[in-house]
Amino acid sequence: MSEAIDYKVIGTRPIRPDGVDKVTGRAQFGADLNLPNMLYGRVLRSPHAHARLTRVDVSKALEMEGVYAAISRADFPENPSDLGKNIMARDKVLYHGHAVAAVAAKSLICAEAALALIETSYEVLSPVLSLDEAMADDATLLDDECFTKNLPETPDKPSNIAAVMTLSRGDVEEGFEQADVIVEGDYNIPMAHQGYIEPHACIANINESGQGSVWTCTQGHFEFRALTAKVLGMNVADLKFIASEIGGGFGGKTTIYLEPLAVLLSQQARRPVKMMMTREEVFRASGPAAGTHCKIKVGARNDGTITAAKAWLAYEAGAFAGAPMGPGAMAVFAPYDLENFHVEAFDVLVNKPKVAAYRAPGAPQSMHAMESALDELARKLDMDPLDLRMKNAASEGTQAPYGPKFPAIGLKECLEAAKVHPNYTSPVPEGAGRGVAVGFWFNVGMQSSAEVHINENGTVTIIEGNPDIGGSRASMCLMAAETLGVPYEQIRAVVGDTESTGFSNVTGGSRTTFATGMAVIQACEDIIGQCKSRAAATWGVDEDQVEWEDGQAIPSPGVNADVKPLTLADIAGNAAKTGGPLLGRASLNAQGAGASFSVNMTDLKVDRETGKVDVLSFTAIQDAGTAIHPAYVEGQMQGGAAQGLGWALNEEYIYDKDGVLENAGFLDYRIPVASDLPMIDTQIIEVPNPRHPYGVRGVGETPIVAPLAAAANAIRDATGVRINDLPLSPPNILAQLDNA
Amino acid sequence: MKVVFPDHLLQHTGGEREVELLAVNFRELLLALDERWPGIEEVLAKCAVAIDGQIYQDAFLEPLHNDSEIFFMQRIEGG
Amino acid sequence: MSKVQITSSINGESVEFLCEPQQSLMEILREELGRMGTKEGCATGDCGACSVLVDSRLVCSCLILAVEAEGKEITTIEGIAGEDGLHPIQQQFLEHAALQCGICTPGFIVATKALLDRNPDPDEETIRYWLAGNLCRCTGYDKIIRAVQGAAKELAHQA
Repeated sequence: MSEAIDYKVIGTRPIRPDGVDKVTGRAQFGADLNLPNMLYGRVLRSPHAHARLTRVDVSKALEMEGVYAAISRADFPENPSDLGKNIMARDKVLYHGHAVAAVAAKSLICAEAALALIETSYEVLSPVLSLDEAMADDATLLDDECFTKNLPETPDKPSNIAAVMTLSRGDVEEGFEQADVIVEGDYNIPMAHQGYIEPHACIANINESGQGSVWTCTQGHFEFRALTAKVLGMNVADLKFIASEIGGGFGGKTTIYLEPLAVLLSQQARRPVKMMMTREEVFRASGPAAGTHCKIKVGARNDGTITAAKAWLAYEAGAFAGAPMGPGAMAVFAPYDLENFHVEAFDVLVNKPKVAAYRAPGAPQSMHAMESALDELARKLDMDPLDLRMKNAASEGTQAPYGPKFPAIGLKECLEAAKVHPNYTSPVPEGAGRGVAVGFWFNVGMQSSAEVHINENGTVTIIEGNPDIGGSRASMCLMAAETLGVPYEQIRAVVGDTESTGFSNVTGGSRTTFATGMAVIQACEDIIGQCKSRAAATWGVDEDQVEWEDGQAIPSPGVNADVKPLTLADIAGNAAKTGGPLLGRASLNAQGAGASFSVNMTDLKVDRETGKVDVLSFTAIQDAGTAIHPAYVEGQMQGGAAQGLGWALNEEYIYDKDGVLENAGFLDYRIPVASDLPMIDTQIIEVPNPRHPYGVRGVGETPIVAPLAAAANAIRDATGVRINDLPLSPPNILAQLDNA
Repeated sequence: MKVVFPDHLLQHTGGEREVELLAVNFRELLLALDERWPGIEEVLAKCAVAIDGQIYQDAFLEPLHNDSEIFFMQRIEGG
Repeated sequence: MSKVQITSSINGESVEFLCEPQQSLMEILREELGRMGTKEGCATGDCGACSVLVDSRLVCSCLILAVEAEGKEITTIEGIAGEDGLHPIQQQFLEHAALQCGICTPGFIVATKALLDRNPDPDEETIRYWLAGNLCRCTGYDKIIRAVQGAAKELAHQA
């Protein structure tokens, strides 16, 4: 599959099939549905970051006129999982904003008033708000039952360190002895939020026997159904989950928050219940990205060959275990061919919301540290930073730090493209600085299902199980058009609910175009097989004497059939006579997702008076494998760049000493706006993934990884001062410039 | 074939990082490993595995060869 | 508290509704009048997803009270397309792939309409500052800016 292929429609840029509904306001997102007789649900949240919840009593709220249901921990099954405890606090509240009760009432105003009638008491504990505090020997514990996992021997006392992981090869100390130059750095990054514009929202409509439906904005309605059923001890078969259009997720909508509450409230009230988070609740009580403390040490010979590298990576998990330290640890050195390395990573509980996935979870933080250290190394070696990376770059056959040998990957191709890119060969603008960095993500496959229906006029309907978060319907239609040989315009893609298509994992991990795309292609191949068999029957020849070309069945060369080719429309129109409707299907657990590497470069200018940073240019180069719809591939790269720049330059969770998030709104948690950014140049490198029929790798995760270090390195270049901690916000920059 | 375990699994292999084994497919390999270290199959079921460079989140009957390289690793998800 | 009766024009159609004095125009548009194209991203005037035109002026509908709509002409995303089909702004957003998830798109299109109504030929910087009140988390704005430029060109061509 590595040879160049002439595709007919793959690589073109048609208008997405769901586009008109989205530019006219018709598309229905999570909060855009109202049902007859519907109630509104609201959540009472903890005012403390860490406390024993000694009493919750919802009875007075239930007595209020217009209130139809009220729930708290007493309404949930016993022995909850961590997820269950995050959905509704049990013995303890573990972060400011942790849910402690919920009500459903006739109006939002009424529901809000009812929350004030819920009686609670707390025994306040001191909050654990930093990694250093949490990892200290005498730390206050979030969970007395938390014993560090993955240690050679089970520890004898509990800890806030939920798990550790190490990765190593060779002998790092010996490697450092061989080094001519060694750099070390210590990097902190605060929690940041995905910042999807659509707050979480859902409507549950459950009957007296516990059956019903949940409409929700989700990256994966099948997984939401499974999680909700588990938290409530319900049967998945009783719950139908319908994915609304989704207004952004970036990983943050891969897990549940409101759904079990809405289901319980609806069951109690016997009416539909709609729940919508406010923006403030999204910041306080959904799942941001882990804050981190990373230490890096890298040694190299004078020629740039890295002889040893060491990483110590601590990740804030928030209130419950499960920070992405594993992928962070596996990614930190992934771009490089290293003989000696040692990585140690920690999953640490703190009194902040439980983190969730955020684009390439874990990698931006650890790779920011490594790519910053490499920048310093290049300076010490007086070497071009791209040359230093090229000198050590992984390629096909390199043993990845996490074990296996890389198959075909495109890192070197990205570095080569960067080296000759006009944005790199041009002089750095007066007063600005230039930074480069490498990004990486593994990409994943997982389970997907797809059905392809051929309508009676030969048009095609695809039913898939993955919410379309960024144009994937268009990609599915393109892959189906390529496979079937019919025009893109004759194909529609529909996201089916949990009752109308097979199980599909979340839209996430850059898996949808890869894995769901593979299912769509296989379902189309199923259709082609059926069409060939029907053409053979029609013509009275053997099936192997029929071929499929340009959307029609034709007799194989040399087959003396004096027949007219049969188009998809011909076969569909005659389907009743040849065996009934044409329905193709495929379900699979896709393996062999291809890693995607990137190189980013940016020119930044720093105002030394105010500390404000202007982004003069940004260039994202990434190996996407085959770009099915290049405009949406570019869009992923540009969007990831903007998010990465936001994380690098401005975004952070700011807590007061009591563990209250001080910037729970878009005014104070400032994500990049149009006037903050220039046009974002993109260059798609296409090294096809041999494990996908059309060479797809997956695109969406990698783009957020490199911007953090690229920005930090550009500011180092512009100011002469290395600032290790993010964000590179005006106060931080001014303080560091003053210190220097 | 070479089978390699990451650090966090060494507690289940008595500290052995690498073993040589023969199996015709992944399922047989798991059974052979479980015979050697009873109970490890359950742990490995929660891991991803790289077989000759390709990562499988869920391997099952993938064929193996005498010179195959098998690395167990943490499962990857994503945003 | 008793509800207030309000009469205003929404997308050229006279509409009467009852609202509580503290309800925002956004809440009434969405929850009472079913104009769901106006999106809620923050309800604090920071994201622009609920942008509408009130007497041709661009506002966040979450920041004005529904009672303030009395006697006003309101244009929402549902009123942008004409009888002949999509407005050129909408068409250009599609052609430039200027949306990914699409939740911010109605707000951007309404804001772009307000911009091009008063400045048919804005430069890139003007576009970026005009749209600085509309948050998009998916696109990095690049394709949105190009769509607005394309729409300005298309409208000039039509004029």
